Amino acid sequence: MATLTASRSRFFRYASPATFYPLAGRLWPWFAAVAAVLALAGLAIGLLIAPTDATQGDSYRIIFIHVPAAWMSMFIYLVMAFYAVLTFVFQTRLSAMMMRALAPTGAMFTFIALWTGALWGKPTWGAWWVWDARLTSELILLFLYLGFMALQSAIDDTRRADRAGALVALVGVVNVPIIYFSVKWWNTLHQGASVSLTRAPSMAREMLIGMLLMALACWMYSIAVALVRVRALIVERERDAAWLREAGEA
Amino acid sequence: MPVFWNSVSEFVAMGGYGDYVWGAYGVTLMAIVIEVLALRLRSRRLGTPAQRALGAGQS
Repeated sequence: MATLTASRSRFFRYASPATFYPLAGRLWPWFAAVAAVLALAGLAIGLLIAPTDATQGDSYRIIFIHVPAAWMSMFIYLVMAFYAVLTFVFQTRLSAMMMRALAPTGAMFTFIALWTGALWGKPTWGAWWVWDARLTSELILLFLYLGFMALQSAIDDTRRADRAGALVALVGVVNVPIIYFSVKWWNTLHQGASVSLTRAPSMAREMLIGMLLMALACWMYSIAVALVRVRALIVERERDAAWLREAGEA
Repeated sequence: MPVFWNSVSEFVAMGGYGDYVWGAYGVTLMAIVIEVLALRLRSRRLGTPAQRALGAGQS
């Protein structure tokens, strides 16, 4: 029992805002720097080196932001739902703050996925928007993010706002597999998965490398931004706590 | 790896899809700049630990 308590306390050590605040402060510049390097490399390969697509021409180059943004929009929601579970089960303060820290970035990537999709859809399908399963479920994802954020700012009591937000994050998570599998489950205009682990890549090597670099850059960017935002949230919530008054510039 | 384009104007034109491609990249860049600036403003408003200790930075 004693060992269990010890390992539990170690596990929860970084769930404490007082421990996490300086750690996040040290980490975020590294994630931001790696994101910048990866994005530059990805853009150079995607825009300068990769050849034109045989069927779509150069409009396909939107893929280097569209697919990474769409992946991020779904993945960030999954991470939010994970923190929602932690918020309900362990009621750790930091998990609720992480949830809040991720939502605006998730909403931004969802918007980018929809926007770039419209600009890609027009030249390839002849329409900015169609109400097909993939596009509609992604739009619902945007509303889930915006709903989450509206709910958080509408409820003054922090604990109630956290629990209400966690509920939205958990209920809304069913939408993520719907987005992902929509192109298989329904007959949609949207093309199928660009990358699959079970079959050989269907695109040119430069295209694949450029897209994966951009996806990694989006990951690193999201982590950096979420860490900075969670630091702001920690200060906003715990500005009167002794540890924060004593903390030096970390 | 050689650069795919023969000239800058060819690169800008994007095979006739310039408006779509640059519209996508431009708005993405704008969204990221807005998020970063908004976050920076939010962090600055909170002040430094020293300012917070003095009760400054509180609105």
